[in-house]
Amino acid sequence: MTEHRDYAGGKLGMWLFLFTEILLFGGLFLLYAAYLHRYPADFNAGGKQLDVVLGAANTVILITSSFTVAASITALRLGETTRCLWLLAATVALALGFLVNKFFEWSAKFGHGIYPGSEHLMRLPPGENLFFGLYYAMTGLHGLHVLIGATLLTVTAALVRRGRVTQGNFGLLENAGLYWHLVDLVWIFLFPLFYLIA
Amino acid sequence: MSDAQNDAGSHPLSYRFLAGIWAALLALTALTISVARVDLGFFNVVVALGIASLKSALVIFFFMHLKYENRTIKTMVLVAFVVLAICIGLTFSDVGFRR
Repeated sequence: MTEHRDYAGGKLGMWLFLFTEILLFGGLFLLYAAYLHRYPADFNAGGKQLDVVLGAANTVILITSSFTVAASITALRLGETTRCLWLLAATVALALGFLVNKFFEWSAKFGHGIYPGSEHLMRLPPGENLFFGLYYAMTGLHGLHVLIGATLLTVTAALVRRGRVTQGNFGLLENAGLYWHLVDLVWIFLFPLFYLIA
Repeated sequence: MSDAQNDAGSHPLSYRFLAGIWAALLALTALTISVARVDLGFFNVVVALGIASLKSALVIFFFMHLKYENRTIKTMVLVAFVVLAICIGLTFSDVGFRR
């Protein structure tokens, strides 16, 4: 029995799924934009409390991981399986680095009494409270996507290793890569909105 | 030749080309951080979102391979972003002008 594969259909389905993700984050960006419009000064005060260096480091990490995952697809299609696995390992390592950074960033904020529902936040002006609410909701949802993406890439790497995802059957790696690039895309907008312009 | 290779059409992108896109993304990140240090008022938002859009275009067209996909996928992506733009536009036609 020959295995049936639908490469083009799989890719189409992945893009359709990505659209639901784009609209999900799009809705949150819209909420952010509406409140930035209403409370520009409070958002500015909130944004000044975020660490630009940590945010920039995480931007560089995600952009680099987007590059390594794109390169891993090239490696697999050229039949360089070992290089593909190293590039995927690098991508997952960068994803974990991102989460470690996020952990330290959130811990520092918690240490200053800034966490959802904290008394400190309740005493702040309403716009600043909203800013941090959106900060935790949006970077939290994004962080969850980083975790899911890293898991997906680990599973894909295991399948590459076992010869189930190969030079002639690379659809899964490509779709996992698409998901990972989406995670990068969302951060490309989160970083300037929260850390730079607010 | 397998189906996958037929469907994939184009050759895989070279490492050198992908590294070029990566370098461009890093340069744009450096640019957006330095521009944010200059106070341009409202234009800070415009410039930051402009640079972010340029970066996403690089990711979508090259890393996500959209430039080399067929017309169906290209049209679908366009429709998704137009829908998002309509949502944002309609919301701001209300929020932006409410008295």
